[in-house]
Amino acid sequence: MTPRSARFLTLALGVAMAAAYTGSARAADKGTILLGMQCDRTGPTQVVGTALCPGTHDYIDMINAQGGVDGWKIEADEVDNAYTVPPAIAEYERAKQQGAVGVMVYGTPQTEALNQRLEQDKIPGTSPGFGIAASADGKYYPYLFPIAANYWSQGAAAVQFAKQQLGGSLKGKKIAYIFYDNPAGHEPLPVVEQLSKDEGFTLQTFAVPPPGVDVSSQVLAIAQQFRPDFVIDHTFGKSPALVIKGLQQNGYPLDKVVALVWASGEADILGAGGWKVAQGYNTMQFAGAGENYPVINEIKAFYKKAGKAPPATMASTVYYNRGVFQAAVWVAAVKNALKLSNGKKPTPTDVAKGFEMIKDFKLGGLVPPITISPTDHEGGGWVRIFQVKGEAFVPKTDWFRGYRDLVVAKEAKIAEQMAQKSN
Amino acid sequence: MFHSETGVFKTSYAADMALYPLPVARWTVAALAAVFLVGVPLLFTPYMMTLLNLVLIAVVGAIGLNILVGSTGQISIGHGGFMSVGAYTAANLIVRLHLPFWLAIPAGGLMAALIGIIVGIPSLRIKGIYLAVATLASQFIIEWTINHVTWISGGIEASIQVPPPSVFGVKLVTPTALYFFLLFFAVLAIVATLNLMRSRIGRAFIAIRDQDIAAEIIGINIFKYKLYAFAISSFYAGVTGVLYTYYYGIANYEQFGIDVSINYLAMIIIGGLGSVLGAIFGAAFITLLPEAVRLFLKHYGSMVFSQDAVLRIVPNMQLILFGGLIIFFLVVEPEGLNRLWRNIRNYFRVWPFSY
Repeated sequence: MTPRSARFLTLALGVAMAAAYTGSARAADKGTILLGMQCDRTGPTQVVGTALCPGTHDYIDMINAQGGVDGWKIEADEVDNAYTVPPAIAEYERAKQQGAVGVMVYGTPQTEALNQRLEQDKIPGTSPGFGIAASADGKYYPYLFPIAANYWSQGAAAVQFAKQQLGGSLKGKKIAYIFYDNPAGHEPLPVVEQLSKDEGFTLQTFAVPPPGVDVSSQVLAIAQQFRPDFVIDHTFGKSPALVIKGLQQNGYPLDKVVALVWASGEADILGAGGWKVAQGYNTMQFAGAGENYPVINEIKAFYKKAGKAPPATMASTVYYNRGVFQAAVWVAAVKNALKLSNGKKPTPTDVAKGFEMIKDFKLGGLVPPITISPTDHEGGGWVRIFQVKGEAFVPKTDWFRGYRDLVVAKEAKIAEQMAQKSN
Repeated sequence: MFHSETGVFKTSYAADMALYPLPVARWTVAALAAVFLVGVPLLFTPYMMTLLNLVLIAVVGAIGLNILVGSTGQISIGHGGFMSVGAYTAANLIVRLHLPFWLAIPAGGLMAALIGIIVGIPSLRIKGIYLAVATLASQFIIEWTINHVTWISGGIEASIQVPPPSVFGVKLVTPTALYFFLLFFAVLAIVATLNLMRSRIGRAFIAIRDQDIAAEIIGINIFKYKLYAFAISSFYAGVTGVLYTYYYGIANYEQFGIDVSINYLAMIIIGGLGSVLGAIFGAAFITLLPEAVRLFLKHYGSMVFSQDAVLRIVPNMQLILFGGLIIFFLVVEPEGLNRLWRNIRNYFRVWPFSY
């Protein structure tokens, strides 16, 4: 770095801090609690970020307008990491320097790269629905909070759902597992394989190589040759839409398909050719889909009061609601942390403990009954299946968990292994 | 730097070829050393340190790629792959055999060099855009292999966690400690490359780049030297991969995708092909520009847009400005930032007596 750019950065940083100070002086009675927030409004997974991040902001803005958390305003300092790692590291350090009490991480590689720093700086971070599956075990990952069902829980829940749909037994049945051929795509596989032995069903896997813009041969093999009783779809990006469309065109009934959480958005349905095409498609969610929740109505009322129309991104309910979910869990953690710090500004450790005090947190049905404990950072691993019916996602099941014992045992085992290795 | 060469007479070949041809250059180096060893650690905040650290890692990779592309005239769109090779080699050695960093780093580099030689073999027969496609294929082959061979990838999300490097029992974890660690390797890469390029091997590289048939006629073994270039360049890439692994605390091939390969190409094209200083400029430019644009828009964007719009616009403006500035700099000076710097220097060299 040349001295000149260093000076520029110092200047810019000075301006940033000045802005933060004037902001907090104006804003609240007690002050501002800063959260780092990483997003991806650009980059390969922007379809998620463009709806998720506004959801998080809207909820936090609403809480602030209602007087904040016990008088404290919350500021989520958003940065776009475009699903790349170097900015994620730099922005984490900036958030830390500015006194952030926690960071909402976005992206699996980013979570992995920040994990050691979070632990060393004792700053909590969240990775809802992605990240390191083993981090569900809080004993070995004390500062990382997946707060939602990880890939193992999702895989187990998918098998459970298939079992329920196929009349209570999987013996002799055939299940196809179509997945994006990257590490995250492989992740649920060991659980599903284990269950195929335990439950006695035939499992065949179909890999979609990145960038996943052609799934025709896999879809054909599933619908025409393998002819399974059930399909588990764990694809990302452009592929889910193509899988839906392909299976539909080949006459495979979509109500015998269950998609894991990143193949379950409105964008996937619309990309497949609209709601009409996707009738019956089962989607797995860790936060509720649709608009019919008290908290979403509150946000709409909040917009109305400000004299504005609700943003268009709200129509992408799956990702928007996940953004609200993420914000709500953070707010709950900060609230708990304020109890620990007796109303003073909480430290990052307080917030981490605040997470572990979250109990039966439902947010009016938008989220499952999450309970986070020092050992369980996943919050129970709850999911819910929503089926495409008409032009909406309709709940098909209640919040449930599949093969919880198996998943927990695996989480503990792998977490221990990984902790041993890295020491 | 800015200084006059009046009164400096070289009387031997050795003096002409010296790393510092002018006495004043020694002072420049001493001043730079003082700035980077004392000034920077004292004045920089941890956040600025983090940015600088990312630049230092990028410097190593960019210099390495520049040896291949800028100096030898071969092309590689697969350097991200070589970085993963280095990263996973080192991570496996660190985790399974508990090797210290001073063994893991060269090991990662050597393995990457070996793979680089294999990838470089087609360069004897194909050139230019064809070679580009061959190296692109290597990127995907390496990614596929790591993804599917759990013996290499560790099995869990294809990533291996590694402990931080330790020197004499002290774990390097703070940005400042890591800064000195990375600075050492960046300086090593710079000095090694400066020396390489004035050696017999370096001159052979340049001869091949300028006119390969002529080079062959004057007795340069093109096959051998092309493979040297691939090996050396991939060695640097492998080391870069290991440095990233230590810096992130984890080896993960998704951190070294095709976008990284292209980013490194962008660094050396903007910085200036075939020069060490150019690679340094390019690495700094590409790493810091998005951050500078973001900070600028964040604090001055609200004058034009509403706060809500800023959040939506900043990431996209960042991309637009990033692309725009790259085009601007290349239009202003097609030979890169290094040439821009040399023009400024040449102006001041004779200033104020420019006639």
